[in-house]
Amino acid sequence: MAEGHKSLNLTLKVWRQAGRNAQGQFKEYTVKDISTEASFLEMMDILNEQLIETADPDGPVAFDHDCREGICGMCSLFINGRAHGPDDDITTCQLHMRKFNDGDKITIEPWRSGGFPIIKDLMVDRSAYDKIMQAGGFVSVSTGGVPDANAIPIPKPDADEAMDAAACIGCGACAATCKNGSAMLFVSAKVSQLALLPQGKAEAAKRAKAMVAKMDELGFGNCTNTGACELECPKSVSISHIARLNREFLKANVKD
Amino acid sequence: MAQLDSKIPEGDLKDKWTNYKEHQHLVNPANKRKIDIIVVGTGLAGASAAASLAEMGFKVKAFCYQDSPRRAHSIAAQGGINAAKNYPNDGDSVYRLFYDTIKGGDYRAREANVYRLAEVSNLIIDQCVAQGVPFAREYGGLLANRSFGGALVSRTFYARGQTGQQLLLGAYSALSRQIGLGNVEMHSRTEMMDLVIIDGRCRGIVTRNLITGEVSSHFAHCVILATGGYGNVYFLSTNAMGSNGSAAMKAYRKGAYFANPCMVQIHPTCIPQHGDYQSKLTLMSESLRNDGRIWVPKKKEDAEALRKGLKKASDIPDEDRYFYLEERYPAFGNLVPRDVASRNAKERCDAGFGVNSTGNAVFLDFKYAIERLGKNVVEQRYGNLFQMYQKITDTDPYKEPMMIYPAIHYTMGGIWVDYELSTTIPGLFAAGEANFSDHGANRLGASALMQGLADGYFVLPYTVQEYLADQFNVKRINPKENAEFQKAEKEVKDYIDKLMKINGKHSVDHFHKELGKVMWNDVGMARSKESLEDAIKKIQTLRAEFWKDVKIPGSKDGLNVELEKANRVADFLELGELIARDALHRNESCGGHFRVESQEEGEAKRDDDNFMYVGAWEYKGENQAPELHKEPLNYQFIKVQKRNYKTGK
Repeated sequence: MAEGHKSLNLTLKVWRQAGRNAQGQFKEYTVKDISTEASFLEMMDILNEQLIETADPDGPVAFDHDCREGICGMCSLFINGRAHGPDDDITTCQLHMRKFNDGDKITIEPWRSGGFPIIKDLMVDRSAYDKIMQAGGFVSVSTGGVPDANAIPIPKPDADEAMDAAACIGCGACAATCKNGSAMLFVSAKVSQLALLPQGKAEAAKRAKAMVAKMDELGFGNCTNTGACELECPKSVSISHIARLNREFLKANVKD
Repeated sequence: MAQLDSKIPEGDLKDKWTNYKEHQHLVNPANKRKIDIIVVGTGLAGASAAASLAEMGFKVKAFCYQDSPRRAHSIAAQGGINAAKNYPNDGDSVYRLFYDTIKGGDYRAREANVYRLAEVSNLIIDQCVAQGVPFAREYGGLLANRSFGGALVSRTFYARGQTGQQLLLGAYSALSRQIGLGNVEMHSRTEMMDLVIIDGRCRGIVTRNLITGEVSSHFAHCVILATGGYGNVYFLSTNAMGSNGSAAMKAYRKGAYFANPCMVQIHPTCIPQHGDYQSKLTLMSESLRNDGRIWVPKKKEDAEALRKGLKKASDIPDEDRYFYLEERYPAFGNLVPRDVASRNAKERCDAGFGVNSTGNAVFLDFKYAIERLGKNVVEQRYGNLFQMYQKITDTDPYKEPMMIYPAIHYTMGGIWVDYELSTTIPGLFAAGEANFSDHGANRLGASALMQGLADGYFVLPYTVQEYLADQFNVKRINPKENAEFQKAEKEVKDYIDKLMKINGKHSVDHFHKELGKVMWNDVGMARSKESLEDAIKKIQTLRAEFWKDVKIPGSKDGLNVELEKANRVADFLELGELIARDALHRNESCGGHFRVESQEEGEAKRDDDNFMYVGAWEYKGENQAPELHKEPLNYQFIKVQKRNYKTGK
């Protein structure tokens, strides 16, 4: 491991909200002797142990997390005004305390987006993303009776670009960061991945139309090409996929 | 009580599965609509089973504790998925994949199950490609392969370092399609709290909604547990924080036998532990062993200097580096199976040659691969893994070798199932890592994804239908009007009240960490009679303390993460003891299970005369010793041998 790990004393300004319709507010806590080798969520674990021990009236802070290796997409958090905190191309669970300095005050908020209502504290409801997927984020193929995997060669650049898009973890940082609350980067990642592959081409336009309609219905905003989503995406999904989504969407409407 | 009948079909190994499918009973399409199936867990096995069964026309209810089925921990599998396609023309076949898996598992898995797994492996790749899974490809547009441990062929398909993610998203997309069509009712953020058994058959589950705290019941004609492994009993593992053994333990208490619980896989290439506050360990994919070379210093003084930070790895000249896997196992080199690689790392560190400030690490070095292939090629193959390593450790693996150490990763043991993946409770099936079936005492790399998807896409759709063929006449039960469901629901509510009322002094994590220490030290990579007997006592004491002194703040109504954890840790505290008991009774070394009493010239010594069986434990009541049942393993088609990774022939 890296040499010279240090200890930090920090002030945490954390959003506390008892439930979906409750009034929320910031509360301040202090944590001491946090190793710079610890991850951000391990620092949150230490805070929670402290809140349990001191029988804090608000209890431990609720936040989503699971794999803690940057792939499940469960963790969220706005840290000092940035989705997934002050490091690039990672999720909150991969953020380490060496990115902070002794004496820092860290502001921790939930995703704030019309499409993601708050459940409790820092935990939000992202089921809207599942609903968008259910509207068309698939190839309509059932188990069995499919051709040999090598029956259709796919040019490597297409497969690679499809993989770039497929890297999306559905965390919601894009919509949470977008000033319009748009889920276009998320939608475009799936539309683009499947449109690039021969297996997904047959339904490409139909898929784009269905997923965009569902996104609109669920209250996500429109894209005005600010590029903020791309910047905060932990998997560096490019907004060029939004361009491909727009082409597929246009095709679908021309056909109608 | 149920007998251990593995229900292996008659006939030659190659014909068993074909015969089964040709003679199985079917349910007519109109009747399928009248049948409900519950699937608990939405990882590879669960999502693929739920989607496939719904496509067939059954009504499916699926459950997961995460906020979306897309987040199950299958998603974190990095390296790849095996299949016997033989696309590289390097001599692979269904038989060879079967043979490697049985041998890799140290001859403790069932022949017929493993052969079927190898047989359907090719269908999985076809299915995933059809779903739009973006596997790695060669410039000609065809699929690429790489090698994994325990194999001499390249049979592993991959999607960069995110194969599990891409396969899970494929299964999730199939599941999403069925949810959209109304064929699957999806319950996210919901935990299974118990099974409901009516007239000897599993007929449903009791759940707790993790957001509202509501306890409710769900009926089905059969239930499939695809709830993953129990590695988190060790507290620190490569599993997700929420991964747990509770569904398996609830099933165990209701009469499902628990098979080979001691068979736990310790993965050799994980980022070493760095502090007491640490919450989990991160795996570095086995695929790295294709190009990375594992070594420690030959001289103790070099190891000491490295530990103190007085030297860097690059200061040690080649002649002073001990590439111990390459030298000890020349035929397989750095690609020996996981159990062998882990034990050798521990042996070197225990002997005083470990690096890192703790002395508990070995080097995985890419210097040679970069010299041979260029940095670009290495980056293309492993870029995201290198990035992950760099973010966690703050060191650059392109410049300095990675430091790695073994960590708990996967559980070969699990709920006992027969050939049909049915547990000892009729109507209860177990799939994926949750069952024990295919990996024996050690799982080969890139085989977990294969098994999860084999069970879900290509096994359960047949075997579940066989079970349901005479069940369409069973009318749906309304749990609200059924005494058995009401009783089960009340028991769950009482159990939650009991946990909430303890109101002691220590957090749930306190007990979990203590349990983890006992498990790692006494039931870890090297186990002895003394350490295991000691572990059983310590766990019993710890369990009693937990039920006296755990503190769960908040209320049972609404979201309460500490209550969720307490429910899981209560089960781990029983499961830990079961693992230790199983390890104690199995006085041999096989695969991931290493008894210090059973070795020969430093290598694990298997005892086929006394232990060539599956050990399946039957629950006998609270604080009662469980009863062991043995399912003998009869190898009819392959010759049982000592595992040899040293010579090519």
